[in-house]
Amino acid sequence: MKNKANTLETVVHGIFLILGLITVGAVLLISIYLIVSGLPAIKEIGLWNFLFGGEWAPSKSDPQFGILPFILTSIYGTAGAILIGTPIGFFTSVYLAKMAPKKMKQIVSSAVSLLAGIPSVVYGLVGMLVLVPAIRKIFQLPDGASLLAAIIVLSIMVLPSIIKVSLTALEAVPKEYEEGSFALGSTPVETYFKISVPAAKSGIATAIVLGVGRAIGEAMAVVMVSGNVANMPSLFESVRFLTTAVSSEMSYTATGSLHQQALFSIALVLFLFIMLINATLNFFLKKKKES
Amino acid sequence: MGKLSNKRKAYIMMMKALMAISVAITCLLAIFLIGYVLAKGLPNVSWEIISTSPSYLTEHIGILPDILNTLYIILATLLVVLPLGVGAAVYLTEYARNQKLVGMIEYAAETLSGIPSIIYGLVGMLFFCQFLNMKTSLIAGAMTLVIMNLPTVMRTTQESLKTVPQSYREGAFGLGAGKWRVIRTVVLPECVDGVVTGCILSVGRILGESAALLFTAGFAHTLNNVWDGLTSSGATLTVALYVYAKEQGEFEVAFAIAAILMLLTLVINFLADFSGWYFKRRKSK
Repeated sequence: MKNKANTLETVVHGIFLILGLITVGAVLLISIYLIVSGLPAIKEIGLWNFLFGGEWAPSKSDPQFGILPFILTSIYGTAGAILIGTPIGFFTSVYLAKMAPKKMKQIVSSAVSLLAGIPSVVYGLVGMLVLVPAIRKIFQLPDGASLLAAIIVLSIMVLPSIIKVSLTALEAVPKEYEEGSFALGSTPVETYFKISVPAAKSGIATAIVLGVGRAIGEAMAVVMVSGNVANMPSLFESVRFLTTAVSSEMSYTATGSLHQQALFSIALVLFLFIMLINATLNFFLKKKKES
Repeated sequence: MGKLSNKRKAYIMMMKALMAISVAITCLLAIFLIGYVLAKGLPNVSWEIISTSPSYLTEHIGILPDILNTLYIILATLLVVLPLGVGAAVYLTEYARNQKLVGMIEYAAETLSGIPSIIYGLVGMLFFCQFLNMKTSLIAGAMTLVIMNLPTVMRTTQESLKTVPQSYREGAFGLGAGKWRVIRTVVLPECVDGVVTGCILSVGRILGESAALLFTAGFAHTLNNVWDGLTSSGATLTVALYVYAKEQGEFEVAFAIAAILMLLTLVINFLADFSGWYFKRRKSK
């Protein structure tokens, strides 16, 4: 009887251990698959030519596989989105965390959750029909599908992550800090910006890094508004991101061709960017724990 | 409060103005997006469009297959991800003693939630469609989504397991129950709220997902029953929206789908808020 119970416990323990390790297995699976399928093309094209080649023309008689335009577009697009999204998200979260009356906080929070929940293709669709024509008209361009359109869409899409995470960080600032500042004669606004915000700075940094991750990984909304031509990035020109390079050409390539392998290599580069962002994120999280 | 210098007054005014502008932008964006999508989409949502499948012969577009595909993929994903995610959370909170292992699992979960969906799509295509020979099918898409949503379910369950008082477990152990029995009868029933929250969040994410499904589930619009549906290629609502808008220029249908998705997003947000409120109230009783 006792033995039977013990066996059962061991088996159950084993099952749970396996379930627990699935996430680790999944990360390994993804990394291995990306590396194994991404390396051959890099080897064939040459790392330097691949990363720093300025021309992407896989179907030319002398095919070119340079992804510098994609890398730069992804970096510029993300930077632009963060530049616009961060201030808006930051001030909104300070207001929500510290100043907003309860009702107001509820309403704005639901607006933020809604923005977070809207599928990216819906952002893309609205961007395609509202933003792109508007940019064409305002800047008198032949086509409004451009890096600028992508930046605007991305800046809206990163807002919810920035707001939510900074909000949590700001709410966790100990009340005593603020009370001390009040006692010294600071007004609420001064206290919140000069005491609470610095106290929550690693949380806010985490929020921004999360936003970077979200922006650099977004594919569908961006492909619908950016025009998708492999140009070097320029604000008013049609551009292609790392993500959209993969998504737009994957279905047209032959299995096993150098072109398809090169797309896997692009995914590998994107994955390395994400890993870099994760490492940064962990750096800030650790800092937060220490402080 | 004494008299403030002009410099301080200006600073306060400026910060207040910046906050007001930012909050206004955030709210107006949300209102505009809902209003615009519903206004453009709802007039195109008719019974005819949601109850028929598309036909190239008559150039008729119906989205019933896409609706069903979405349902199938949600069911299949939840059916797999719930046991896996809950199991992983139980392991972490109830069994794991090795801090290094716990750290590794949590780090892996964090990494998973940071990976962009297009990468899930690619690896899903290589692993499920090609290596496991599932072909481009809803089930391959669902398995890809399982990996994507695993961290979510795991985290929400873990959060709620942490709130189960240690004394419950000790009481059950004291009565002579084995570990598995304690988990089954005492711990698991207490974490229903985490599982429900995880479910709601996952459904929201599955509804909105497109990049991961493009190469794994494909974009066919055939009307199928559950079993045939799962083993054959099919577009979910989001993928259908993308195809209709980007590849075919059928904006009326695209907006009809967008309106439906927008309503579903609202419902999901409401459910998430409601369940949070409901479980909080039940727990405090």
